[in-house]
Amino acid sequence: MSKSVGKSVARVDAYEKATGRAKYMDDLCDRSALVVKICHAAIAHGYVRSIDTAQAETVPGVVRVLTCFDVPNLPFPTAGHPWSTDPAHQDVADRLLLNRHVRYFGDEVAVVIAEDEVAAMQGVRALKVTYDELPFVLDVQKAMEDGAPQIHEEFPNNILKHTDLRKGDYQKAILEPGLIRVEGWYDTPTVQHCHIENHGCFAYMDAGRMVVVSSTQIPHIVRRVVGQALGLPWGKVRLIKPYIGGGFGNKQDALYEPLCAWCSTMVGGRLVKLECTREETFVSNRVRHAIRTHIISYVRPDGTLVARKFEAFSNQGAYASHGHGVVAKGMGAFPQLYPCDNLECDCWSVFTNRPAAGAMRGYGIPQAMFAGESHIDDICKAVGMVPLEFRRKNLMPVGYVDGFSKNELYTDTFNQCMDKGMAAIDYERKLREYQNQTGPVRKGIGLAVFWYNTAVWPISLESSSCRMVLNQDGSLQFQTGETEIGQGCDTAYSQMVADAVGVPLRDVHVVSSQDTDVTPFGTGAYASRQTYIGGFSIAQTAAALRERILEIAHEQTRMPVSNLDLADGQIVRKSDGRVLKSLGDLATESLYSLENSQHITAETTAQIKSNAYSFGCSFVEVEVDIPMCKVKLLHMVNVHDCGRLINPALAEAQVHGGMSMAIGYGLSEELKFDEETGRPLNNNLLDYKLSTFMDHPTLEVGFVENPEPTSPFGTKALGEPPACSGAPAIRNAILNATGVAIDCCPITPHVLYRQFKEAGLITD
Amino acid sequence: MYDMKALYQAESVQDAVALRLKHPEAQIIAGGSDVLVQMREGKRAGAELISVYGLDALRGVSLEADGTLRIGSLTSFSHITRDPLIQKYVNVLGEAVDQVGGPQIRNIGTIGGNTCNGVTSADSASTLFAYDATVELTGQDGVRRVPIQEFYIRAGKVDIRAGELQTAILISRESYEHTFGHYIKYAMRSAMDIATLGTSVNVRLSDDKKYVERARVAFGVAGPIPLRAETAEKTAAGARLSAELAEAFGAAVREDIHPRDSWRAARDFRMHIAVESAKRAFAEAVRLAGGEL
Repeated sequence: MSKSVGKSVARVDAYEKATGRAKYMDDLCDRSALVVKICHAAIAHGYVRSIDTAQAETVPGVVRVLTCFDVPNLPFPTAGHPWSTDPAHQDVADRLLLNRHVRYFGDEVAVVIAEDEVAAMQGVRALKVTYDELPFVLDVQKAMEDGAPQIHEEFPNNILKHTDLRKGDYQKAILEPGLIRVEGWYDTPTVQHCHIENHGCFAYMDAGRMVVVSSTQIPHIVRRVVGQALGLPWGKVRLIKPYIGGGFGNKQDALYEPLCAWCSTMVGGRLVKLECTREETFVSNRVRHAIRTHIISYVRPDGTLVARKFEAFSNQGAYASHGHGVVAKGMGAFPQLYPCDNLECDCWSVFTNRPAAGAMRGYGIPQAMFAGESHIDDICKAVGMVPLEFRRKNLMPVGYVDGFSKNELYTDTFNQCMDKGMAAIDYERKLREYQNQTGPVRKGIGLAVFWYNTAVWPISLESSSCRMVLNQDGSLQFQTGETEIGQGCDTAYSQMVADAVGVPLRDVHVVSSQDTDVTPFGTGAYASRQTYIGGFSIAQTAAALRERILEIAHEQTRMPVSNLDLADGQIVRKSDGRVLKSLGDLATESLYSLENSQHITAETTAQIKSNAYSFGCSFVEVEVDIPMCKVKLLHMVNVHDCGRLINPALAEAQVHGGMSMAIGYGLSEELKFDEETGRPLNNNLLDYKLSTFMDHPTLEVGFVENPEPTSPFGTKALGEPPACSGAPAIRNAILNATGVAIDCCPITPHVLYRQFKEAGLITD
Repeated sequence: MYDMKALYQAESVQDAVALRLKHPEAQIIAGGSDVLVQMREGKRAGAELISVYGLDALRGVSLEADGTLRIGSLTSFSHITRDPLIQKYVNVLGEAVDQVGGPQIRNIGTIGGNTCNGVTSADSASTLFAYDATVELTGQDGVRRVPIQEFYIRAGKVDIRAGELQTAILISRESYEHTFGHYIKYAMRSAMDIATLGTSVNVRLSDDKKYVERARVAFGVAGPIPLRAETAEKTAAGARLSAELAEAFGAAVREDIHPRDSWRAARDFRMHIAVESAKRAFAEAVRLAGGEL
């Protein structure tokens, strides 16, 4: 029965957020907090020789100065992955709280704890840090060369990890006569998440335990990392996650929670707060991996893919963080999206002296789609095929099953999505009209598809826990370890709970905040997993709660359980549909019963041993002003099959956000570094060109709803997919307009100027 | 939380002048959209500030007896854009400052702050250069008037002397009468950005709309301070309107501008955009003036 799922109900947190009543980390922090400010390294690579703290310690208001010479020698991992009990699968522990070995411009070398922010900053500016500098390297392939600066001793040639994938016989297959060879290099940039609330946290000791309140996506994971970093038993750490202002994967890492907690221990357990500035967020949190991809395809003139080579070089930056999983996910998509019998695929994650790259919306897929989908249009140009027809011929067919994940493409998703997108943008007519254009301003149309799989099974743990507690009035609280980070999961979950338990939505109260002392275990917001994964534990816990309720209903009504139902908050006799009593009356009687008082709850953990493909596409129409080197987006359409929609309005909003992110990725966003010093050049929201409303066309969203058979609610990933195919669709539209195959993103005017000049479209 | 040593709030222009003399190290603050950002970055940490923001006498646009257009230094960008005198006589200035930052910045930011900052990218500056504006400074000894081209000394440095306060920007009738202008802000995105290049062109056509009587073009970010492109102006002066004239006008700016290589943009790219922008801004100004190319 579905009363709430599938409807565009208002967000459960809309009122609190729109009126400013919702409490975020900084709202919750008591004003008595000491403030921690970090001294960031001003070199890209080297060792701290000394830090003179004398002057900083005399600044009025400064309480304590701590340096990289003071921290415990407890290397810890930061990635927001479920912990593995198998040491071979544990994340690389390469961080200290403060670092004497400086590995990027912005690394943490000292902190000043003071009574207020001004004193703390004065203290930071008064520190005198001397370094023994070492050569540094920013480029991923240069970092792999022999003799390149060594960033982590235990990783020769800076290679964190290399994996490969082989199928058939590539070398033999390419000997077939008459094949067309298409080769391309595709570069994607270092970008940052730019969530609206910078990361911050506060920490204090309470009854011998460490309490941390943090703007994080992954409270249970961060609790574990704080324990590891401070050498505390995990039960001595309590992590609380309030409302947060977005994360997009940056907060799927332990960021400054360990450092903040340690600072508290160093001032006697006093309350300390550490809040990042935007400048720090850009450089000293996490970024998206810049990945350079090399693809060679051998194709028959009819568009059949015969053999393909794929190499990806992923710029890991200074620390392992999420590490190789990101580029490996991208490589994993390559053989699946366009199946081909002969493959040679390799990918490397390589340390450089750039900010550490971690998780970011799409987790390697936006990079892989930019390279892969750009390359598909390059093939189309070489063999003279319409990009849409090539995709119809070569994309993953219905019935495809991935051997590793066992994911299956059950329905004709790709064609259905492309049909819908084509119709929305009038693809065929525009493709015809935009042939053979001349003149300075030209229009073009392009598309790209994307591959995404929900959640992390079978690579990592997938489970979810849920607790439901019935109130006297028949309403209930529920909580899970899965986190609301702005995407709307509290609302989607409330809808699921209402339907699964059999109560009206108004009687469902979500406990939004996670507190590791009381919230059931769950690993948090990442991998677009929560609606899918949380659905299992909600369905299972709701079933358990219903069973308890109906047993008590049996005791109270004397009807057999088999003849009872709970629907819309009423206990109903199934045989005649008569309402026997309300759930509220049942709960009140149960709780206050003098014979057998029962508080009615249920709590279960669901084991999820399945996963689901979530596919879709983007169509883009552009106008390219060649002399001005400018691209104007005229029209953009995303179509997704994320299964059954839980809340269509929220789903559409989710896609709008991802499209906006894809526009920035495609056209303007890039964190830049000074080649001479390794210093970040544009780590602020003026110089880093996040796209604005004024850069967006009307964003159009379509859905194809093929219910996912493995999900109790028929749903699958939608969090990250909207950010995956927009950038290559823009690139392909520019190719269609101008004939110029751009080899990188973002496609800024600077890039267009160079490439239009090379193509002879600009002659200065 | 700002690292501010002291804040003095001026009660009047005379009071501001007295405060300037009493606290020579203090920084004047108007809307604060630059000064507060710099303080937060640590560049002006610990500074003393003299706020002139309360001086309503310095707000608004008026016409003086001789037809000079007077823009009070504290007039905000959004007020300039919506001012009927600006719209009537130098609409291009209103359009130019309407491209500063976003709505909030345009509500707080002032034309005085924009020019006193001394940066080449200021959206008001190239149009003020193209209209030969005059800067009015008030000090202990009264009022001093400086042509805007002399007001800008070098990047970040303008001609404000001890005890002085910029009180108005003036545009003479001779400059604006019968002229039509167009500004092209070339930036990396369509809002919330600083100019990679700013191009402001204005033209006055002959009565029959066939000839250019006078053309002026000024650039921001084509040098360390805003500058005029006189070779282009001479190319157009007295010339008959044609598509070739627009091309020649654009090409001629190469003689006068000297953009630099920086991580924000390469010199050859800026040069290319300057030529194209000058051509397009000229064409649009001619169109607004009723001419045809």
